[in-house]
Amino acid sequence: MKETKKVTVPADNEIILGVLNGSNEILEKLYKAYFPMVLQLILTNNGNEDEAKDVFQETVIVLYNKVRNGNFELNSKLKTFIYAVSRRIWLKYLGQKNRNSGNIKDVEEIIAVEPDLERHQERDKQFKQMEHALNQLGEPCKTIIEDFYIYHRSMQAICEKFGYTNADNAKNQKYKCLQRLKKYFFQTTIE
Amino acid sequence: MKSEIEFVEQIESYLLGEISPKDRIAFEQRRRDDAAFDQKVVAHKNFLQQLGEYGTRKKLESQMEVIHEQLDISALKKEILPQTPIIKVLWKKYRLNAAVAASVAILMVLATLFTTGYFTKNNATNSKYSALRREIINIKKSQHAIIKNIQGEFTQPADPGHFGGTGFALSENGYVVTNYHVINGADSVFIQDNKGSSYKMKIVYIDPAYDIAVLQVDDSSFKSFGALPYTFKKSASDLGEKVYTIGFPKDDIVYGEGYLSSRSGYAGDTVAYQVSIPVNPGNSGGPLLDNKGNVIGLISGKQTQADGAAFAIKSGNLLKSISAIPQDSLMQKLVLNKKNVLAGLSRRDQIKKMENYIFMVKVY
Repeated sequence: MKETKKVTVPADNEIILGVLNGSNEILEKLYKAYFPMVLQLILTNNGNEDEAKDVFQETVIVLYNKVRNGNFELNSKLKTFIYAVSRRIWLKYLGQKNRNSGNIKDVEEIIAVEPDLERHQERDKQFKQMEHALNQLGEPCKTIIEDFYIYHRSMQAICEKFGYTNADNAKNQKYKCLQRLKKYFFQTTIE
Repeated sequence: MKSEIEFVEQIESYLLGEISPKDRIAFEQRRRDDAAFDQKVVAHKNFLQQLGEYGTRKKLESQMEVIHEQLDISALKKEILPQTPIIKVLWKKYRLNAAVAASVAILMVLATLFTTGYFTKNNATNSKYSALRREIINIKKSQHAIIKNIQGEFTQPADPGHFGGTGFALSENGYVVTNYHVINGADSVFIQDNKGSSYKMKIVYIDPAYDIAVLQVDDSSFKSFGALPYTFKKSASDLGEKVYTIGFPKDDIVYGEGYLSSRSGYAGDTVAYQVSIPVNPGNSGGPLLDNKGNVIGLISGKQTQADGAAFAIKSGNLLKSISAIPQDSLMQKLVLNKKNVLAGLSRRDQIKKMENYIFMVKVY
């Protein structure tokens, strides 16, 4: 069969459902359907493809957080939302780089998304703080914490992976790591 | 220390829902009773939630990274930006260079014009106003070349004039008027009438301000031109007046007609009229006549950069200039003709009667 260049755009509610379920397939569809639009926006406004990638991925994160927090009301098309968020992120970036004084050549209509972005910035700050704290933690603490709290692996599996003789030792180690992580997390403030 | 570990473990199993129903009740009871304990639980819960969010985001980012890797970005770019034609791209890229180049070019043009004196007012006037004196020598030379080619030998023309113009009789006793610029710098001046008879002239009076020169026949054999058929108009003529002139732009007499187009001459010069009439080098000094055969002016020049703008010195000024001639410098009395015999005649008859009084002025 001949490969068609045109990417089929999935229905908005299909995407939202997929986001809630954490479906990788939907993420892929979403990415392929809307990345070109953002790429176009960035390229026509003094950006390059790498910057387009960063902007789009940040936009997807904003969308995911909004949907997963349950406060996503689809009062506009998903496309419009994505465009508006990307545009806002890019404007902010341009403002920081002093490359543009706030004028953007629009390729789509826009809606106000400032509240979403404010929430996103707060989250983003915490995310970076956490990333920083985890990096400070060093090994094996980082992996233990990630394995247990993020990948929800059992203590038993962690014991075997790190060669602890008994679960109590592992628990002890995990506790110490967590305390240190908390310390680093609350200490660091990232501008 | 031990209790702290147990406490964390308890919270975690509670949050994960792995706690036994009995312990759960006790735990919840303790949260309600002990505010400090409850706060610790909430803080720990929030922290774990942030850790969880960090994890989700990390996962999402790595997933997107994988998807992004699969995309063909350059193909996408081509698809997205086909509306930017190559010219636009080039323009965007080189517009600064183009601007600089254009400025340099303009500067160069201005500099060249400036150094060649384009902006000097005098030069501008000269280049636009050309006196209609004919440079006969050039013509002679070219004729000469032709003769030489035909005969294969060089024959000096009998008497080559350097410059030529037109003049016409002022009075029957041998006074002729022409332009000052025609005879300016002359060694000797001759006039030649339409039949071919030639007279040596002497310059009696010049008036450079009005560009007028009065000549007199300097030949003992000369008797008289005969009674003049035309008169000189004292008053100014009106716009639109049909006028004609007779002169010698070449070696034969040439007639040209037109109309009076302005009461002032070149650059608002009130000495002259502006006339729309075909004139050429050699017409200088010729009479400008109206329908009735009155001389209303003296052809003096034309504007090179405008169509149909020739200039003629007003007859009023001519008369003023003549009356200013000191009587001492006149050998004979200069009496202007008062009787016009051309008034009722057709143009052809007017010309027939007049042509004997209009001369080619040759300057050596």
